[in-house]
Amino acid sequence: VFKRFVEIGRIAFISFGPHAGKLVAIVDVIDQNRALVDGPCSGVRRQAMPFKCMQLTDFVLKFPHSARQKCVRLAWEKENINQKWAATRWAKKIAAREKKAKMTDFDRYKVMKAKKMRNRIIKHEMKKLQKMSSKKVKKPEKAQKSEKVQKAQK
Amino acid sequence: MAGEKKPSEKAPSEKKPGKKKPAEKKPAEQKPGQKEGGEKKKKVKRHHASRNPVLARGIGRYSRSAMYARKALYKRKYTAPETKIEKKKKEKPRATITKPVGGDKNGGSRVVKIRKMPRYYPTEDVPRKLLSHGKKPFCQHKRRLRASITPGTVLILLTGRHRGKRVVFLKQLGTGLLLVTGPLAINRVPLRRAHQKFVIATSTKVDISGVKIPKHLTDAYFKKKRLRKPKHQEGEIFDTEKEKYEITEQRKTDQKAVDSQVLARIKQVPQLRGYLRSTFCLSNGVYPHKLVF
Repeated sequence: VFKRFVEIGRIAFISFGPHAGKLVAIVDVIDQNRALVDGPCSGVRRQAMPFKCMQLTDFVLKFPHSARQKCVRLAWEKENINQKWAATRWAKKIAAREKKAKMTDFDRYKVMKAKKMRNRIIKHEMKKLQKMSSKKVKKPEKAQKSEKVQKAQK
Repeated sequence: MAGEKKPSEKAPSEKKPGKKKPAEKKPAEQKPGQKEGGEKKKKVKRHHASRNPVLARGIGRYSRSAMYARKALYKRKYTAPETKIEKKKKEKPRATITKPVGGDKNGGSRVVKIRKMPRYYPTEDVPRKLLSHGKKPFCQHKRRLRASITPGTVLILLTGRHRGKRVVFLKQLGTGLLLVTGPLAINRVPLRRAHQKFVIATSTKVDISGVKIPKHLTDAYFKKKRLRKPKHQEGEIFDTEKEKYEITEQRKTDQKAVDSQVLARIKQVPQLRGYLRSTFCLSNGVYPHKLVF
């Protein structure tokens, strides 16, 4: 049922607060609500952070609990977390959302034109396929119909 | 003791040659040139110390009138050079003029005052208006331009018959209105004035750096012309006013001159021509305060 667990080395994405949008590694658990967290490669200082603002990702690093920042950084860079994160769909969706919000009026026009063209191409292909399939259905239908007519006439 | 005497002897001896030096300087300098000596005599005027000994701070020994006598101010009275007064006296404007008069046995001319007395005095004097501060006439107002509007910016017109159209900004005119062009070939907006407040400035800019806008395109050029020749024909007043606007040849030539330059720049940017041809509109889910222009 649950696939991502809070464990030492779990990389989490911060969803709100002053460090919104950054990745951190869970270094230690303080109590039921807070964790000691460190993001050496994402600009987050080692600090306590509530679990509520963290969203767990699929990535886990290997380092002992309460390891110092240097170790966390080494593990992070060894696993290339930053690259792996940028390749995930999650990060791509975030980037797309940001781009859309920054669109200027000219960009919106260009998008509209591109969408229009794309849809036209798709429609064109669809209609082609529809025609093909309708022809195939029609030919045997026509043959059957003509046979029936001939039989009726006879 | 001996040591003390020597410096004391030296001190007065030093002073004497010091005093002599300025005294020597004077005759020495007088010799080379009389002009120089004369100038330096005026400069080296020795100012007298205060003739009013101080009794306590702020209180002098002698009164104002006593000081007048002590400083011999009765001898030192200066008047301004007279030539300027004479000049001013000559420059008085003419008060009367003689004009010829027609008619027989009239004397031929009359002496008429140029500046006449008022022909009417109001029964109640108009009270003097209080001084006001900072109320300037329209021609002296400060014109501002939003930082987002620079030459070459694409603007969206919001009012007028061209509302919703995207248009290229050229320059700000003297009254503060913006000079704007379609260009005409793209969206049928001619060289026109637009108001800054009724315009959205987008972040799209066309490079208009080399475009030369003719200098005769000012506010007077664009101002609406109204005929003012009422000959008190009450029945026909409504017909004489211009109803139809006619495009003059000068407007056409100016439009061509500017547009040819601007169009060349627009064609360099891909898809910009189509963008300027389209109009701006809002649809469902589109909120202006959330849009980035």
